[in-house]
Amino acid sequence: MFLESDIWVMLAGALCAMSCACVGCFLVLRKMSMMGDAISHSVLPGLAIAFLMTGDRSGPSMLLGAVVVGVLTAVLTQYIHKQGQVEESAAMGVVFTTLFALGLMIIVYFLDHSDIDASCVLYGSLEAAATWEFEWNGYIFKTKIIQLAIILALNVLVIFALFKELKISSFDPALATTLGVHAGKLHYVLIILVAITTVTAFDVVGSILVIAMLIIPAATAYLLTQRLGLMIIISMLLGALGSVLGQLSIIYLLPAWGLPDTFSSGMMTVMVTVFLILAILFSPKSGILFKLIRHLQLGKEIFMNRVLGALYRTEEEQPNFHHLEQIQKTYPVRFKWAIWLLKRNAMVVADGKQWRLTENGEVYARKLVRSHRLWENYIFTNMNVPVDHLHYQAASLEHVTDESLLEQLAETTSLEHDPHGREIPQKKSKD
Amino acid sequence: MNWLAVLLGSVSHANWPDEETVIRLFTLQDYNTRVVLLGVTALGLASGIIGSFMILRKRALLSDSIAHATLPGICITFLILSAMDINSKNFFFLLFGAGLSGIISILCVQFLRAYTKLKEDAVLGIILSSFFGFGVVLMGFVQQHPKGNAAGIDGYIFGKTASIQAHDAQMLMINAILICIMSLLLFKEFRLICFDSCFAATQGWPVLKLDILLMGLVVIVTVIGLQAVGIVLVISLLIIPPAAARFWTDRLFYQVLIAGVLGAASGFFGAAITALFERLPAGATIVLVSATCFFVSMVLGSKRGMLMKFLKKRELDHQVLEQNLLRAFYELHEDDEGNLIPNKGARLNDLLIMRSWLENEVQAGIRILTRKGLVTKDANHNFVLTELGGIHATRIVRNHRLWEIYLITHADVATGRVDRVTDKIEHILGDKLVARLEHIVAEDYPHLHVPASPHPISGGKI
Repeated sequence: MFLESDIWVMLAGALCAMSCACVGCFLVLRKMSMMGDAISHSVLPGLAIAFLMTGDRSGPSMLLGAVVVGVLTAVLTQYIHKQGQVEESAAMGVVFTTLFALGLMIIVYFLDHSDIDASCVLYGSLEAAATWEFEWNGYIFKTKIIQLAIILALNVLVIFALFKELKISSFDPALATTLGVHAGKLHYVLIILVAITTVTAFDVVGSILVIAMLIIPAATAYLLTQRLGLMIIISMLLGALGSVLGQLSIIYLLPAWGLPDTFSSGMMTVMVTVFLILAILFSPKSGILFKLIRHLQLGKEIFMNRVLGALYRTEEEQPNFHHLEQIQKTYPVRFKWAIWLLKRNAMVVADGKQWRLTENGEVYARKLVRSHRLWENYIFTNMNVPVDHLHYQAASLEHVTDESLLEQLAETTSLEHDPHGREIPQKKSKD
Repeated sequence: MNWLAVLLGSVSHANWPDEETVIRLFTLQDYNTRVVLLGVTALGLASGIIGSFMILRKRALLSDSIAHATLPGICITFLILSAMDINSKNFFFLLFGAGLSGIISILCVQFLRAYTKLKEDAVLGIILSSFFGFGVVLMGFVQQHPKGNAAGIDGYIFGKTASIQAHDAQMLMINAILICIMSLLLFKEFRLICFDSCFAATQGWPVLKLDILLMGLVVIVTVIGLQAVGIVLVISLLIIPPAAARFWTDRLFYQVLIAGVLGAASGFFGAAITALFERLPAGATIVLVSATCFFVSMVLGSKRGMLMKFLKKRELDHQVLEQNLLRAFYELHEDDEGNLIPNKGARLNDLLIMRSWLENEVQAGIRILTRKGLVTKDANHNFVLTELGGIHATRIVRNHRLWEIYLITHADVATGRVDRVTDKIEHILGDKLVARLEHIVAEDYPHLHVPASPHPISGGKI
């Protein structure tokens, strides 16, 4: 059943995902993704101490505690990395696990379990975020949603104001420094944003799923575009969409599959992960599927070239030349397919049980064989490769040689025969 | 200050254990504590050893991803087991499920690393959070399951050291033995892929398989450790003791050994402290003990510790100061031929104008030189080089000048700049290098004792 509260859950989730995503883009670009992980764990003692000191469970003191500990995490990591010559990721691991343990210790030892709920820390509670409200001047406001909106506005504002500086220092810190942009300061600006965002998103999606919100939409956008501005916008949209679809799937999809209700934050993460998987597969530039298609196409072309070359060589009437039968025997299915394709392109015609090159096919095949033998010649004379090793090298180069390279190759030699003593087919005049 | 009162209150009201309890604990007389202590010590040993290889392979945070990625495996196994009406908290099945999902996560990491343009850090973050997110969804199902006694499952996230049973401890010890044997057997191979995986590949070692084996061992340690210290804190045992061991040694064997010992000690003392004081969370205590080990190692470590580095640097600073002072003495009293005029005294002010240094710096340097018998005071309270001091000063000035000449004649450095450049390097010229310098500049300066300075010495005579 779709309830009114679901809208609030979606809105809270979307705001949270958007504020995480726009900061997350810079984490991904600066290869600092695990810093998100570290900070989201290490803010725990900050929160615990802030709570211990003020007894206030939300509001500025918690934010301040989180920022202090967040910055402390970054500083300590750098300090251990530089002073102790510990590898950076290991230094980060040392710092955040220690701080997390410290936080856990404070919570268990000094605070009642009821103050900070362990399950809430881990899984978050979007549902609670939707119900927590306050009244002002007769209007009812959703506290958490307003908090999230403020953080989102802050993040967007800072990124907008420092866009140029962040961009240049993310892609080329050395250049940024020579241009007078203080890369180190920007680093800490980013750390502070991450800490603030993390602590605000903390009780909504849980400490570990904050990382998902920070990194996964940003990584998805990273695969889809190469423009920073677009990347930020796409990642924010994907985060928001993931939150809406996640909640919708809890309402409609899970009951339809006979599954019980579950955490909204988990479902949000699953949704954005689905987006990421789709991007990995189908991204137009770097998607695996398109790479595979291009790969297969290239394979098809090369195989067709091999068949054409073999036909040409057979028609040269070389004695004992069995290359064509060899191909046919080794790859019977692919051979039939290639012949079928070649016939359709009018390069080959059937001649009884044999195949013959058409005029068109012969021009093409002649070019291939010419390329092959010119390469053999070139490699033999210039690279000291023994005669019986020439074929494989030439065979891989012949497919990727274009007209002008071919003519340059031809100019390097005046020989009419390749090192095996076979004639190099001449370029046919175009009359 | 309300919070301060709470803090002090809880510290002062903590029950300090009496002597007898402590003795009983450390002599392992209670069955329960014995089981817990041995189990956690074994875990610390195993994770220290295997973590060393991971840190050197620069994969420290991979264990973080693996540990979080076990959650869906645990939940799925739980759901399947309860659907099949088997005892749904069966230890072995749950571990198997966790291990399986850990291994799947490793394969996903390898896949993303190989087939997308995502960087290592993003890949780890993605795998960590997406697997955990899926696990959280499943956890929602588990908690609403009619038989869903989710408390047992929660134990895998925060750990439940205190309730380690005999069979858990056995498991932890078997695991430790397995890890020890495997790392001894594959020591050479792991060393190779840790330090130079490209070389290993050219030598024909199956680097990918070894990598996966190494990570498989990490999965085993992680999964078995979850039970004892929980998801987040098992990571720390895999990272902190090995990182601490790095401060003590440069040799892999000792690194592994020290990491294992530190890990075991953290486990032992962490669990012991938890047993002595009420209300302490065991996992967190163990981590804080190992973190203490880390920071102590960072300061005191014999190879890379900060104290050691500080001392070395101070020694070098002193050496430089001494040599600069000796050269100042020499250049103050040098004749036109480049010979030292013996037994001529220098006042503090004379030395002070030789280069830009502070008065107390010079005084400290003179104190050191006096202690070493290179400088004394004459009747007029002037400082004078002793005979030994003269020899040292001659050698130092000679090295300085040789290098200057070399820079001018062979490196085309302007005469006005050679002094500064040489200043940085003269202190570390070795005997062999000096011999070669002599050889090189011998043509221009056939009679080499101390060559006259190739440029006017400021503040000096000439």
